[in-house]
Amino acid sequence: MAKARKLVQWEPHNIKEQLLEKYPPKVARKRAQQIMINEARENTTPEIVANVRTIPGIITMRGCTYAGCKGVIMGPASDIVNLVHGPIGCSFYAWLTRRNQTDAKNDTNANYISYCMSTDMQDSDIIFGGEKKLTTAIQEAYNLFHPKAIAIFATCPVGLIGDDIHAVAKKMKEQFGDCNVFAFSCEGYKGVSQSAGHHIANNQVFTHVVGKSETEKTERYKINLLGEYNIGGDGFEIDRILEKCGIKNISTFSGNATYDKFASANQADLSCVMCHRSINYVADMLETKYGIPWIKVNFIGAEATAKSLRKIAQYFGELELVDRVEAVIAEEMPDVLLAQQEVYPRTKGKTAMIFVGGSRAHHYQELFKEMGIKTVSAGYEFGHRDDYEGRHVIPTLKVDADSRNIEEIEVEPDPLLYKPRKSAEELAALEGQGLTFKDYEGLNPNMDKDSLIIDDLNQYEAEKLVELMKPDLFCAGIKEKYSIQKLGVPMKQLHSYDSGGPYAGFKGAINFYLEIDRLVNSRVWSYMKAPWQENPELSATYVWE
Amino acid sequence: MRKVAIYGKGGIGKSTTTQNTVAGLAEMGRKVMVVGCDPKADSTRLLLGGLAQKSVLDTLREEGEDVELDNIRKLGFGGTWNVESGGPEPGVGCAGRGIITSINMLESLGAYEASEGLDYAFYDVLGDVVCGGFAMPIRDGKAEEIYIVVSGEMMAMYAANNICKGIMKYAQSGSVRLGGLICNSRNVDNEKEMIEELAKKIGTQMIYFVPRNNDVQRAEINRKTVIEWNPAATQADEYRGLAKAIDNNKNFVIPKPLAIEELETLLLDFGLLEA
Repeated sequence: MAKARKLVQWEPHNIKEQLLEKYPPKVARKRAQQIMINEARENTTPEIVANVRTIPGIITMRGCTYAGCKGVIMGPASDIVNLVHGPIGCSFYAWLTRRNQTDAKNDTNANYISYCMSTDMQDSDIIFGGEKKLTTAIQEAYNLFHPKAIAIFATCPVGLIGDDIHAVAKKMKEQFGDCNVFAFSCEGYKGVSQSAGHHIANNQVFTHVVGKSETEKTERYKINLLGEYNIGGDGFEIDRILEKCGIKNISTFSGNATYDKFASANQADLSCVMCHRSINYVADMLETKYGIPWIKVNFIGAEATAKSLRKIAQYFGELELVDRVEAVIAEEMPDVLLAQQEVYPRTKGKTAMIFVGGSRAHHYQELFKEMGIKTVSAGYEFGHRDDYEGRHVIPTLKVDADSRNIEEIEVEPDPLLYKPRKSAEELAALEGQGLTFKDYEGLNPNMDKDSLIIDDLNQYEAEKLVELMKPDLFCAGIKEKYSIQKLGVPMKQLHSYDSGGPYAGFKGAINFYLEIDRLVNSRVWSYMKAPWQENPELSATYVWE
Repeated sequence: MRKVAIYGKGGIGKSTTTQNTVAGLAEMGRKVMVVGCDPKADSTRLLLGGLAQKSVLDTLREEGEDVELDNIRKLGFGGTWNVESGGPEPGVGCAGRGIITSINMLESLGAYEASEGLDYAFYDVLGDVVCGGFAMPIRDGKAEEIYIVVSGEMMAMYAANNICKGIMKYAQSGSVRLGGLICNSRNVDNEKEMIEELAKKIGTQMIYFVPRNNDVQRAEINRKTVIEWNPAATQADEYRGLAKAIDNNKNFVIPKPLAIEELETLLLDFGLLEA
C-alpha cells in the first residue's frame, strides 16, 4: 500500500525546484536561499539564509517573540509568578501548553506553573493606558503568594500604547523590598521569530537574577545546564544521570528552574549548553562576567548522552569522576541496547523529517541514527546561520534592522564574583586532549550529502515535501500535526512530545525507540481515506456549458 | 444626513471654524450634531458656552457599558447636539483607539438614527491623520465628505496635502470624498490665489476664504460663536457664507495629493510674487 507508492530514488535539485515552482518569482528567489542541498565539502559548509523575516502570506511554522519569552524561557520557572500584561488570550494560550514539567519540591515548595495570570486588558485600558491596572495586578499577585519574584510580560498592544512596564516593575520592587519584580519587553511583533523572545528573556534573567543568591553552593563538580526545558520530563532524566555520576547541576535554564537556581548560576564550575540557539549568548556572558567556561553537550541519544558525560568528566579531570561516569554508562547502556536491538530490525532503513526548534532538528538525528533511521530533510524554525553552519560564521553574520531590534547586553568581569575556573594553561591543555570549548559545529556537517536542509519551513512546503519524498515519519509541532497525518504519514511532535517523554538520556532513548517503532510501523494513518479518495470523484458541468 | 469631517494642521482653527460654521447651518434651520474627536475635548466649547461636557470615554469608564445617549450628548446653540469623544492624558494609552470606541458607541446608541432627524454630523478631528484611529471618521463611510482647513503657511499646506493621502487611501475602497479646502486666512501674501491653485492641483476647490478678523477671538473669549455673540458682525456673515457654500456643495472628488517638489514649487511661485 503506502510502501508500494514510495519513490525509490529522488533527486534533491528536482525536489527543490518543485517546492519553489508555485511561488511568484520574488518569493521563489528568497525561499531558494533558505532551501539548501547539503554538500559534504572539505572545510566549509554551504551558506544558508536563516533568521530572516517570513514572507507575508506564507503560513510559517514559527511562533512569536512573546511565545519565545514567556512560553519557552520563563514558562518552566516554577516559583516565579508569571504575569502577562495584555488581553486574556495571550495568557491563556501560553498556559501549560509546552508540557514543561515541574518538581514542586523546590526550596520554597512554591509552584505557580498551574496558574494563568494576566491583567486581562480591556478596551478602556488600551485607550487610557494599562499601567494602573498592571500595578494593581502585581500587588494582587504579591498579596496572594508573596513570591520571590514576579515577571511581567508585554504583549503586542502594550508596546503600541507605550505602557512603561519597566518603570512599574521598578517601583513595585522598591515598594515590596522582599520580592524581585522585573519586566520583559517581548511584544509578539518584535524580531523575526520566537528567537528574539529567548534573547529578551535570557538577557533580563541575566541582568536581574543571576548572581543575586546569598547561599553558597559547596558541592563538587557543579555545572549549569543551559537550554534544557524539561519537556516531558527530559530534565528529570538528565538530572537523574548527573546525580548518579556525582555531578551537581545547580541551575538549569530553564527546565524546572527556580528563582534561587537562576540566581546561583554564577557559582558553577562549568556551563553545559544543550540548545545552542536559545542560550549560547548566556553561556558567553557567564564566562565573561564570572569566568565559567562552556562546552556544548547533547543528552538526546544514548551515545550522545555518554559522550556528553565523558566531556564533563574530562573537564574536571579527576579520575574518581571519570571512573564513576564510565561505571554509570556501563550500567545504563545494556537496557538501552536491548531496546535498540528489539526495534532495530523494524526501524532500520526508514526515513524521517525534522522541522523544529533551534537545536532539536539536529539533536534528534542522534536518536534516529541509533535506530537506523535516516533523516532525509531537516531544518529549524528559528535557528540562525551559526546553528546550521557552526559558530565559525558568527563574525560574518549580517546585523540587520531586525537583529538590532533585540537588545544586546555588554558584560564585564564582575569586580567581586569573577573567578576564572581554569587557567589559560589548563584550558589549553584540555583542548590539547580534544575537549573543545565554546564550540558548536552546527546541523549541516551532521547531515548526509544531498539531504535537504530547509530554514523556516511552511505549511505549503511541508505538505509538498511529504508528497514528494514520502517519509516514514514527520516531526514538527502542533500546527503541523493534523495536516501531515491527513497525508497518511505518522507525525511526532518534538516541541511538546505529544503526550510522551522523556526522550533525553538513557531511559529517554528507550522511550523514544519504542514510541517511534510504534509510529513508523503502524499504518493507521495511511489506512484512513476520505470518501472522495476511495470513490471516484463526482463530475458535473454547468448548465450553460 | 450628510456626514462631514473637518481635518487640518493642529492650531489652524478647525474647531473654531467648525463651530462657527455649524452655528451658521443651525441658523439656516439645519439639525446638526458635532462630534469632537480630540482628547483635549475642546471641540464644542463655543456651541455649549464653556467646557461643560463630559466625554464619551469618561462616561464609558465611569458608568461601564450602561450608557445612555443623553449621558454623552448635550444640546447647544441653535439646537445642535454636541459630543466630545475625549481620551487619555497626554503620553499614555491610545487616543486613536478611543475615537474608534466612541464613534462605535454613538452608533450603537442610535445617535445617527433617522429618528434623530439630523441633517448633518460634523467630526472635528485632531491634527493630521496620525494613525488608524484618527482616520476612523473617514473609514467605513463614517464621514462621507471632508473639508480641510488650511492657510497660506507652508506647514498648513503640507498637512493638507498629507491628509489628502489619507483620504485617497480610504476613498478608493469606500465612499469618502474631498469637498474642498477652507482657507482660514493668516494674512499671508497671495494667500487666496495660492490656496485656489493648491486646490486646483489637488483636484478640488477652495470652498471659502475666511478672512482674518479679531471678532472671532472676541467671541471665543465670551465662549460663543461669532453668530451668537454678535449676529450683525461682518465675520458672522463670512461664516454664514461658508455654511451656505457647504450646504450647496456638489463638488466631491478623490484628491490627487501633490509630490513634495510640486508643493515646494507652488510655494515658491506664489510666495515670491509681489503682494
